[in-house]
Amino acid sequence: MTSPNQVLQGDSCQPNAYKFSPALPSRYKTDGIFKALAWAAVVISLTVLVVLLADVANDGISRINWNFLTSFPSRRPAESGLLSALVGTIWVMALVALFSFPIGVGAGIFLEEFIADSFFENIVEVNIANLAAVPSIIYGLLGLQVFVRWLFPITGGRTILSGALTLTLLILPIIIIATRESLRAVPSSLRQAGFALGATRWQVVREIIFPQALPGILTGVILALSRAIGETAPLITIGALTFIAFLPPLSLQGLRTTFSVLPIQVFNWVSRPQAEFHLLAAGGIIVLMVMLLLMNGIAIYLRNRFQQNR
Amino acid sequence: MVSETTATMTEPVIQMENLNVYYGSTLAVRDVNINIPYNQVMAFIGPSGCGKSTVLRCLNRMNDLIPSARVEGKVTYHGRDIYSSDVDAVDLRRRVGMVFQKPNPFPKSIYENIAFGARINGYQGDMDELVEDSLRKAAIWDEVKDQLKKSGLALSGGQQQRLCIARAIALQPDVILMDEPCSALDPISTLRVEELINQLKDQYTIVIVTHNMQQASRVSDYTAFFNAEATEQGGKQGFLVECDTTKTIFNNPREKSTQEYVSGRFG
Ligand SMILES: Nc1ncnc2c1ncn2[C@@H]1O[C@H](COP(=O)(O)OP(=O)(O)OP(=O)(O)O)[C@@H](O)[C@H]1O
Ligand SMILES: [Mg+2]
Repeated sequence: MTSPNQVLQGDSCQPNAYKFSPALPSRYKTDGIFKALAWAAVVISLTVLVVLLADVANDGISRINWNFLTSFPSRRPAESGLLSALVGTIWVMALVALFSFPIGVGAGIFLEEFIADSFFENIVEVNIANLAAVPSIIYGLLGLQVFVRWLFPITGGRTILSGALTLTLLILPIIIIATRESLRAVPSSLRQAGFALGATRWQVVREIIFPQALPGILTGVILALSRAIGETAPLITIGALTFIAFLPPLSLQGLRTTFSVLPIQVFNWVSRPQAEFHLLAAGGIIVLMVMLLLMNGIAIYLRNRFQQNR
Repeated sequence: MVSETTATMTEPVIQMENLNVYYGSTLAVRDVNINIPYNQVMAFIGPSGCGKSTVLRCLNRMNDLIPSARVEGKVTYHGRDIYSSDVDAVDLRRRVGMVFQKPNPFPKSIYENIAFGARINGYQGDMDELVEDSLRKAAIWDEVKDQLKKSGLALSGGQQQRLCIARAIALQPDVILMDEPCSALDPISTLRVEELINQLKDQYTIVIVTHNMQQASRVSDYTAFFNAEATEQGGKQGFLVECDTTKTIFNNPREKSTQEYVSGRFG
């Protein structure tokens, strides 16, 4: 036996067995190295996150109280709160979810299931991949021109509706790509089974493919919404305000009121000289993070429910 | 050549005339002429890559789903050209069912696996009855009758395949196409499926692709032998060698290559 590390002797009677050199120790060593590297990656990213969170929590937790959540912003830090920004974020995110889910998922299904591999689809695919990488401020400029100016009669200018539409545009590419990936992961044997039973394309998609892909699609949608909730630049571009001392009425008219959102409020507080405002900003960040966690929690809950139903 | 190679006594359900199938610009199978007789079992045999699955997929237009596939020639079903514009592929596939090589039940309950096809095709009758009837015909009812709510994926491979056969039967098709339905099954499940085919042929016309010569001789009444030859471009091109009663193909075929293949000295 050429290898000194041979543990099992059984194959020595095979004529060509000596051509194998198992080198188990060095293979296990490679295993170990990669495991350590992967661990290091996890530790580094988690440490950065934990330090950031601890810092923010340390600064901001003292500011989190009922008053902070239920007061409008004010020039005096002690009385200032983020009610209008919180409500604005909820309005905008609800609208973004409402717009982006059907449009993004619908477009993804159309591209993947109905016109896959056509010339048109190839062109659209390349463009969507590019759009997903366009800086968000560009979407802000687009929103400013299209929604705030051209569609003024509908949106009413620098309003919740304009903001939501702009953010919808921003995350549509992400949702479309996630939808297509999830659809693509459904085995084609299921499609064939459906077609072979005399199902139309829509029936195959609706009854077989979509339910299979839904958990993945939901994950993609939530990731996209998580991106939208933290966006500041495009909303500043279309002219979201920082001092809002009223709440939009709970009606269609509410869509056409001016607004603020949490990241803009935080941005505004951070850019002030007084240290008290910086504490407020930390408090705002905590509220934003809690909202994010809630959203992700809902997503995981939904996903598990749909997976059980299969 | 058409009438020579196809010794059919009864009226054919499906007729292929000068069928050529292309994938992109390569001709994968050429010049297929086969008549598939009513309520008989037709076996397709031949070495790997000679185009058996390709020809089978032409019969219910599943090739439509492969963008590069193109069909030339004529395939008629009860005398109607299925590639003409007035034949609807969705309607055709209800009448010409298919069972795949790998069991592919839907990730739904056993009951839903059967009910799905019936529902989407607008079945008006009693669904419970149809499900039970189909499962019985596919010889799997006794094994699953107490767990109809269980996922179809939780069954064993052999049970899954019989579920897929039940699913095809539920649509009360006229023809059932089976592409190596037993290749993933153990000998006992295989025998079960073969028994099933023997029972089903009273009511259905069956076309089965198989690599198992014994299976072909056991279950089929007619056998079509395909072969492939190398092309100048370095690819392979399939063609029909001959089609006759299974007895003739296995005992005194016209072509030498058939003789060699069925006796296992080839391919
Ligand atoms: N989707 C496809 N795209 C391109 N070429 C294909 C496709 N499917 C099959 N072919 C080609 O067509 C030829 C016939 O394939 P087919 O699957 O019909 O053979 P087969 O007789 O069923 O073989 P096997 O017994 O291995 O299943 C092969 O050369 C194969 O490479
Ligand atoms: Mg095949």
